[in-house]
Amino acid sequence: MAQVVLKEINKFYESVHAVKDVNLTIRDKEFMVFVGPSGCGKTTTLRMVAGLEAISSGNILIGEQIVNDLPPMDRDIAMVFQNYALYPHMSVFDNMAFGLKMRKFAKAEIKQRVQKAADILGIEQLLGRKPRQLSGGQRQRVALGRAIVRHPQVFLFDEPLSNLDAKLRVQMRVELKKLHERLGTTAIYVTHDQVEAMTLGDRVVVMKDGWVQQVGQPLELYNAPANKFVAGFIGSPAMNFAVVEVKESAGELWVESSGLRIKVPDRNAAGLGPHAGRQVTVGIRPEDLRIAGSEDPAVNCFDAVVEVVEQLGSEILLDVSVGPGTMVAAVEPTLKTRLHEKLRLAADPDRMHFFDIESEIAI
Amino acid sequence: MAIIAAGTVVGAPPRRRLLEDERWLAMMLLLPTAVLLGLFIAYPFMRGIVLAVTDARVGIAGEFVGLGNFERLASDPIFYQVVWNTVLYTAVTTVFKLALGLWLALLLNRSFRGKAYVRAFILLPFIIPTVLSTFAWKWMFDPTFSVLNWTMYQLSIINRPINWLGDGDLAMLSIIIVNIWRGVPFFAISLLAGLQTISPDLNEAAAIDGAKPLQRFWYITWPLLLPVTMVVVLFSVIQTFADFQIVYVMTGGGPANATHLFATYAYQLGVGTGLLSQGAAISLAMFPILFLIVVVQLLYIRRVEIR
Amino acid sequence: MIEGAIWRRWVFFRIPLFLFILVLLFPFYWMAITSFRPDGELYRPWNAINYNPFWTWKPTLVHVQYLFRETMFTTWLWNTMLIALASTAISLVCGVFAGYALSRLNFRFAGLLGTGIFITYLVPQTLLFIPLSEIIRNYRLGDTPWSLILTYPTFLIPFCTWLMMGYFKAIPRELEECARIDGASRWQAMLYIIVPVAVPGILSAGIFAFTLSWNEFIYALVFLSSPEQKTVPVGVVSELIRGDVFFWGPLMAGALLGSIPVALVYSFFVEHYVSGLTGSVKG
Repeated sequence: MAQVVLKEINKFYESVHAVKDVNLTIRDKEFMVFVGPSGCGKTTTLRMVAGLEAISSGNILIGEQIVNDLPPMDRDIAMVFQNYALYPHMSVFDNMAFGLKMRKFAKAEIKQRVQKAADILGIEQLLGRKPRQLSGGQRQRVALGRAIVRHPQVFLFDEPLSNLDAKLRVQMRVELKKLHERLGTTAIYVTHDQVEAMTLGDRVVVMKDGWVQQVGQPLELYNAPANKFVAGFIGSPAMNFAVVEVKESAGELWVESSGLRIKVPDRNAAGLGPHAGRQVTVGIRPEDLRIAGSEDPAVNCFDAVVEVVEQLGSEILLDVSVGPGTMVAAVEPTLKTRLHEKLRLAADPDRMHFFDIESEIAI
Repeated sequence: MAIIAAGTVVGAPPRRRLLEDERWLAMMLLLPTAVLLGLFIAYPFMRGIVLAVTDARVGIAGEFVGLGNFERLASDPIFYQVVWNTVLYTAVTTVFKLALGLWLALLLNRSFRGKAYVRAFILLPFIIPTVLSTFAWKWMFDPTFSVLNWTMYQLSIINRPINWLGDGDLAMLSIIIVNIWRGVPFFAISLLAGLQTISPDLNEAAAIDGAKPLQRFWYITWPLLLPVTMVVVLFSVIQTFADFQIVYVMTGGGPANATHLFATYAYQLGVGTGLLSQGAAISLAMFPILFLIVVVQLLYIRRVEIR
Repeated sequence: MIEGAIWRRWVFFRIPLFLFILVLLFPFYWMAITSFRPDGELYRPWNAINYNPFWTWKPTLVHVQYLFRETMFTTWLWNTMLIALASTAISLVCGVFAGYALSRLNFRFAGLLGTGIFITYLVPQTLLFIPLSEIIRNYRLGDTPWSLILTYPTFLIPFCTWLMMGYFKAIPRELEECARIDGASRWQAMLYIIVPVAVPGILSAGIFAFTLSWNEFIYALVFLSSPEQKTVPVGVVSELIRGDVFFWGPLMAGALLGSIPVALVYSFFVEHYVSGLTGSVKG
């Protein structure tokens, strides 16, 4: 087991700059998740750690060793692929044993390790089968088993759950988490699903256009997104954004747009002060909006008209229009409402986010 | 786990390292192919050009004569006959092979009992060595003992024997028939594979839209089949243009050069008479024509595929 | 399929299909019946009375016996088999290697080399046989099986490479990437993972190559001269015809028996052959 360090990593494909100046330290035993939309460079970064892609510039260290020019076979890593990449002509046992055979382990040792891994994953009875005789979930387990028999220094996961159906995905997510707690191997996990990132990661790296946007524990990303992209990417349903103007009146700061007028909470006032008279983006998560009650101060409230009602059972998502724009609010499931009804919504003053309109960096 | 880590640090032999580099590995993998194709295609090709500009004969190195061999060809009436024969032979057989092959493919595209067997048997003319099956045809076209003549006589279609291989035009017809017979299976099976990639939903949708069978073929099947058809035709045209075996066995180019093709004429001059350089010149004369056919067809295929 | 009346089935389907099968297979029937028919029945004029050309009540093995006793037919069979197997093996190894390199590895000139191989795929044998015969003589390979074992791959390799490229492209990249991470070198990943997975493709290419070499004629005709070196097609052509005299019985027996090995191989691997054939015309 080892830490993985990425120093000033860049990747160019001819004219495309796919990964830009990535600096990261993945600590020993840490479960690090790379998340971002497709084409953000997360998979390329993972493949550079694996040795499947050459590094254009920078250094990658696994443990204390620079592995830039080391072929994948010598990096002592294991990888689980999105399509599982099970060798179709080999039985499950042989699939799991292949890496050990390549490393010239003794037969008895191979057998014992495969048995143990199969035991952990509950696939003992499948060892004699061929991959095509397995269900999606079983294939997934075999792919995991193939990785863990190796006892590698680092596990790499490339969207391993995205080929499973929704229910199985949740189940495997939990198992992965347990497995990591049990084995404690350093893991790098790539996904485009922010829920997987939030639930699995000890820390999460958010990437976009080849840049690292933010690195942090899941709750840090949720509570204090570094920029508008992270704010919008983390959390479901996505954060509402509105362009507003910062106005100063009678020593108080307000943000205003047509249909929306909210007092800037005290904790944000210092940051927003220099922006007075200019536009900023305000971000409010749907779950931080509620139907205004008597206890809500009027300065946090605004009017909205219901456009769509999405009843989810545990909550209701209201698509509302606020002035010319729209927002989503997650409200109590007991609320009775009709289309085109006019409502008064209140925003949680402690959970409002402000972003510079040009740089999109959090204020 | 420390043990495992140690296991992986064991150094690999340096040769394996070299082959980890994609470029080295690719070079090693391509080496045997490059050597064989270089020695027995590229080099003979150069050698052929060199031969064609000398007056070499078997056993005599020969002197440089420039384009003398080609000039001689240009004044050789047999050569013009050969060009005409080859073009006629290629054009007629290709048209018939395509039409009959397509028809057979459409028949085979239905589901019926024993389809696998029918398909397997139908390919026999294509896999049985051409020279051997052509002998069966030659025997069937025998001037005295022709079973075809016998059958047609019994059916009162003819009242005197047809001298299939003795008359120039009939001989050409004969080799055309044999070539079609041998080529139809190739067309049929390739086109059948193409037909099977066309979703039956399309035809059913068109039928629901009110298209009659012929319209369905013309508006749905044919356009979707066109790319495969073009490639099949390309291969067939090249093979037919350069054909040797059927003519060599059936007529040897006769009677009176009526069925000589490029390859048989080149063989007759180059090997039969020992005029190596002239034979090489005739073979080489095929090259620009074939090259043109390939380029035109490839361009057309590309256009069809883009559409 | 949309079906109409029964008479339509007969007119548009059964009768045409039957005619196709009849015409395509009749020459083989004719070959077989001639092989087992006594000479007295063979050489009857076309308009003789009471003549039944399509069947014989006096089957004989005399032509087959002639073939095996008076000619070197057994030797020709062995030669053909040996040459076909050896050139197929060489072509498969080369084709698998080259196909893998061209479809899976990144290197300069990959596209150029691919095009080069495709072009040689289109070069017919009859274009080069004269200069090639001279080269074969210079290499002192004339009249040996090596002259064919080494030259047949020139038209088999491009085909095998082309077919294998198609197969390799259909195998997910992750398979070999996973193998390389599992500790295999590129070479081992190719050998232990990609090649076994491509076995159906290799079989197809092999069967197709085998039938092509069995069928080859002009190189064998030009490069071989002594009777004991000849292949079946060349032997039948040159040793069973004396001047203008055709020994039709032994000729047809030779044609029949010379076809049987390739037909047998074909019958065991029809599906692979068909996929090889159709793969060969796919881009």
